[in-house]
Amino acid sequence: MTPTALIIRTAGTNCDRELAHAFELAGSETQTLHLSRLIDDPDLIAGFDLVGFPGGFSYGDDIAAGRILANRIRHRLWQPLQEAAARGVPMIGISNGFQVMVKMGLLPDPKAGKQTVTLADNTCGRFIDRWTPMVADTDSPCIWTRGLTEFDMPIAHGEGRLVCADDAVLDQLKSNGQVALRYAPGHNPNGSTDDIAGLCDPAGTILGLMPHPERFTDPTHHPIWTRQGDDWLTQTTAGLRFFQNAVEHVMQSQPQTA
Amino acid sequence: MTAEIAAEPADMTQTQTVDSRELPGVIRVEVRPRPGEPDPQAAALLAQAKQALGNVTGAHTARVYLIQAPLGDEQAQAVAQELLTDPVNQVATLGARPIDERHSMLEVHYQPGVMDPVAQSAKSAVCEMLPDLSRESVEVRTGFRYDFDHTGDDAGADRPGEEALRRFAEGTLANPVIQDIHTQPFCPDAFPRGHAYELRITHVPIRELDDEALIKLSRDGHLFLSLAEMHAVRDHFRSIDREPTDIELETFAQTWSEHCVHKTLKSTIRYTPGSSALSGQTTDINFHGRPGHTVHDDGSVTIDNLLKRTVAAATFELMETQPYKDWCVSVFKDNSGIVKFDDEDGVCIKVETHNHPSAIEPYGGAATGIGGCIRDVIGTGMAARPIANTDTFCVAPPEVKEVPTGVILPKRTLQQIVAGVRDYGNRMGIPTLNGAVYFDDDYIANPLVFVGCIGLIPLDRCFGKAVPGDRIVALGGATGRDGIHGATFSSAELTDTHADEFSHAVQIGNAITEKKTLDVILKARDQEDGPLYSGLTDCGAGGFSSAIGELGESVGAYVTLDSAPLKYQGLSYTEIWISEAQERMVLSVPPDKLDRLKALCEAEDVELSDMGHFGELAGDHGDGEPQLVLTYQGEEVGRLPMPMLHEGIPTPTREAIWPPSPNAAPVRVEGDTALNDPISSIPNALTALLAHPNIASKHWIVRQYDHEVQGGSVVKPLVGPEQDGPSDAAVIRPKLDSQRGIALSVGGAPYLSEKATERGHASDGDSYWATLAAIDEAVRNAVCVGADPARIAILDNFCWPNCDDPGMLGTLVRAAEACYDGAMAYKTPFVSGKDSLSNQFTTQDGKLITIPQTLLISALGIVNDTRKAQTMDAKSGGNLLLIVGETTDHLGGSHYLQVGGESADRRIPRLDLAAGPINAQAVASLIDQGLVRSAHDCSEGGLLVAAAEMAFAGRIGLELDLAALPTTTELNPPAACFAETPSRYLLEIQPDKLDAVIKSLRKTNTPFGQVGTFTDHERLTLRTPQDGRILDAKLDDLRNAWLGTLDW
Repeated sequence: MTPTALIIRTAGTNCDRELAHAFELAGSETQTLHLSRLIDDPDLIAGFDLVGFPGGFSYGDDIAAGRILANRIRHRLWQPLQEAAARGVPMIGISNGFQVMVKMGLLPDPKAGKQTVTLADNTCGRFIDRWTPMVADTDSPCIWTRGLTEFDMPIAHGEGRLVCADDAVLDQLKSNGQVALRYAPGHNPNGSTDDIAGLCDPAGTILGLMPHPERFTDPTHHPIWTRQGDDWLTQTTAGLRFFQNAVEHVMQSQPQTA
Repeated sequence: MTAEIAAEPADMTQTQTVDSRELPGVIRVEVRPRPGEPDPQAAALLAQAKQALGNVTGAHTARVYLIQAPLGDEQAQAVAQELLTDPVNQVATLGARPIDERHSMLEVHYQPGVMDPVAQSAKSAVCEMLPDLSRESVEVRTGFRYDFDHTGDDAGADRPGEEALRRFAEGTLANPVIQDIHTQPFCPDAFPRGHAYELRITHVPIRELDDEALIKLSRDGHLFLSLAEMHAVRDHFRSIDREPTDIELETFAQTWSEHCVHKTLKSTIRYTPGSSALSGQTTDINFHGRPGHTVHDDGSVTIDNLLKRTVAAATFELMETQPYKDWCVSVFKDNSGIVKFDDEDGVCIKVETHNHPSAIEPYGGAATGIGGCIRDVIGTGMAARPIANTDTFCVAPPEVKEVPTGVILPKRTLQQIVAGVRDYGNRMGIPTLNGAVYFDDDYIANPLVFVGCIGLIPLDRCFGKAVPGDRIVALGGATGRDGIHGATFSSAELTDTHADEFSHAVQIGNAITEKKTLDVILKARDQEDGPLYSGLTDCGAGGFSSAIGELGESVGAYVTLDSAPLKYQGLSYTEIWISEAQERMVLSVPPDKLDRLKALCEAEDVELSDMGHFGELAGDHGDGEPQLVLTYQGEEVGRLPMPMLHEGIPTPTREAIWPPSPNAAPVRVEGDTALNDPISSIPNALTALLAHPNIASKHWIVRQYDHEVQGGSVVKPLVGPEQDGPSDAAVIRPKLDSQRGIALSVGGAPYLSEKATERGHASDGDSYWATLAAIDEAVRNAVCVGADPARIAILDNFCWPNCDDPGMLGTLVRAAEACYDGAMAYKTPFVSGKDSLSNQFTTQDGKLITIPQTLLISALGIVNDTRKAQTMDAKSGGNLLLIVGETTDHLGGSHYLQVGGESADRRIPRLDLAAGPINAQAVASLIDQGLVRSAHDCSEGGLLVAAAEMAFAGRIGLELDLAALPTTTELNPPAACFAETPSRYLLEIQPDKLDAVIKSLRKTNTPFGQVGTFTDHERLTLRTPQDGRILDAKLDDLRNAWLGTLDW
């Protein structure tokens, strides 16, 4: 059975189309639903195998990036979302989606459901779009980054500096292998603590990250593709691997859930 | 809690329904970084504060929320903690943190009525948190607080005074046109409220006015209509035997504004070649045989409708044959022009200017400029989906520190313009991909902001129109007093008092409202059983008056003005009608589909209002022709026949003369080719050119834009292994399952216009040749990244000083003629365009500053297979550098002269209309055959600058030898290195492909020469036959010169 991904959009979401495309390239079906539809019918969430929180500027990032959407989900949809997390439904939050995830407490630990990290203003004080080298933690339980080690990916955000409430939070994240993704040494674009670019939950099924894997699903997305030989154009890109990994994970876990 | 300002004046706080004494109090919340947490905004501010305020040792920022709502203490705490403050890295203070003598502070708050998106969102969120509150009982306003530390022994004594603080705030933090500055924490007892509006229909006596009184009425009423137009209006009301209402006069003013009807470009013009031509110099435009041009015996030419007979004529002539007949889907008649993308979809493009609003409030002006242009694309046909933005700016050099009264410093202007485009474009989720910045002293008071948008539209959704009986439906933002008189104001000349006089024309946008509206419209368009509407358009300049007037032009419209949702009460019926409040679209909706549209809007939280109907229904009392009928609370407040409104504008013949003035007369000084500049100046000139702001890296701008959203990026604005080379154009794949692409580029050469002659930079500056150079550059840029030259559509944006002056109109005529010649030569149809014709400024002491004649050409090219796209960064040592196209010794207008280079020859380069298209086609063919490893166009700064850019972008060395540079004259080294001759391309070729390349170029007789070899050493060297090695520079040094100028 083909898995189906739920893509949650609301006012100001703007990376939903390419996120859906990435899931589809990876072999999933997708359905993009407005938050108001889910608030009207929260049970819908239970019907999906994958969940995506796309990038954008939900509610204009007014007050703070992702804050209003996080509060709305917290007030209206927290329970079905937490249940899906407990069932092991893979979820990904990209850029604004990551900001929303940490502010509603879905990351770092959906069971605790508390905000213990945040994504604050970039150190340079403004929005940056650029491709950045990344390093995946091969010891992390994260299912999305399986098999990936070093690769490039674009970032595009003004608030991507990860800050932990205290050192204990950071120590815990590290010891649990939850720091699934880092900016390569010397390439931290936003002043993020410990070069952190992405976090997963302790189980490794929920990933939030500032870089955009859905913007690296075609070889011509890469900024230096015109410098490469013809074989470059036939590769499977690192961004697409994220989604293939998740779809594969769902396919493999299906016998148990059926 | 400190309250700086007591209650507002009594008349502002009283309304019919709410007594101010019953209003809940205002709660003040400050949110700031937790102690020890970084404060990036403050860090950026500190250096400026030190410079301006002296003894400043620290800066801190806080966001201030003022909430007027019936909240208990616990609720206020909950709102502050759960909604407004990040529990990880921020702290909240209820009230105001006090200051002592070692600190000073500033606060900046939006003025009442100015759009404040954060306040709106906060209000909604408070209501969702506390569902027992009614929406009406909650109001939020926001501001920023800045604290400065003054430590040291004399800290108290050194504290800046209030005056210094305010001056600093005005220069750095706030625009007094829309924001208030406070030097104490601000917390009013209550927010001001407007009066309910009481209907008073105002009639304006016009029938008995003489010319003088008509002129006075036009100016004092901000109508900006000419005397002939005022006559036409007066005669209409004489013929129907009554006086007009205020709203009727305003409707004429809006509909007949330069901004809305382009009356100058569409007028009949008598063009007279001026003195130098009569004295035997030719003007070198042959007017005989041009469509709609009549050449008289005295040498003058009458052009019946300049736009139609030049820019549009080229398109329609091209469309007489294939492939243009099928490729051009909709040109010049809709909000944007549409060409075919593939067999299913069209691609549409529009570029607008938003110059006057950006002069007064650069952030809001630029943001609403791009917002308006995006709405043009959404409002095309049955709605297009925006897929890319472009932006080009013209400003004074950033180092200029002295400005006329009423003018904002150019560096701040540029920073704010960029921030405006960034915040709007990024929030809309549309990649901002391509643009340029041109610097000139005379943009000081009239910065130019060109903003473009490209959309994708199904081919079966390219046309829509209002159907009689349809409802007039407004979607999106509510209407407020913002932006009143934008259309007429943009058609007027700026003076030092404009910022005060027209501050209400300033608009601040809310991108998320527009995004939501777009989401709903696309859903409504793509319903399985067909769209839920028959046609749509955007509310731009002129607001409802223009939008409803245009959509209902052929069928008539009956509008109930009181059904428009308002931001606040107190607006008159006229204000509702002409307000340019942002983010509004007007749809023509069949009555049986209205409920479904309403349901969609409700699900996506978009405001919908039913404002009447199109066409005549029983009881409407039409007079046989389509009417525009406006009612308010059941009373008719305006009635105008549509034909009078749309066709009644008088079209007097305008006089044009060229050359515009004796000192702008062309003098073809033949250069002394034997004159050699000091050779040692070549390296210095190269470094100076790379640092010239027109040429220098724009990474500071580019990196702030999300240029990859929507996931279709193929060629980015910055390219090369370190992503810092200046791409010629951007390429995207708008359909993610297809490899077909779109290239976007621009071209412009204001430095070749008549202004260059005034400056002494050229002997023969001429808007004709400047325009052709712009067209050629736009084509070159698109071709270099892989666009098919047979599928390039272009757009014109004329930004000119006031063309009532025949000399100035003469330069406009020449630019328009060049548009025709260029489009025909390159077979690049114009599909849309726009003009802005009052870009001049009168200073307090009466000095007139006119901008350089500025024509921006934007190009959209189809890339048949994006996997064949190419970039400008050099790829590998050992490859060869070829130049395509001939170089001339004309250095007039060149950047080489601008940076202090010397040349006796100050003739501007002239495009060879035969060679240009051949070169473009030849290069495109090589790229298509996969024979090119990198391609870069030679433009500002000439060959040496372009070659240096290729080398340092690719981290590949380059040895240049210009002996084989194709030319028909003898070139001195400065001309060989720095001439900006059009139609030239630099190509990197692998040695094993050279034979194939030569064969291909010879087949079309394209001039070319090998001018260099790429190396593995990171140096750029240049050898000349006469003098040996005259340049040997490290790539790092060149790159740093190029990166440094605008590295803010």
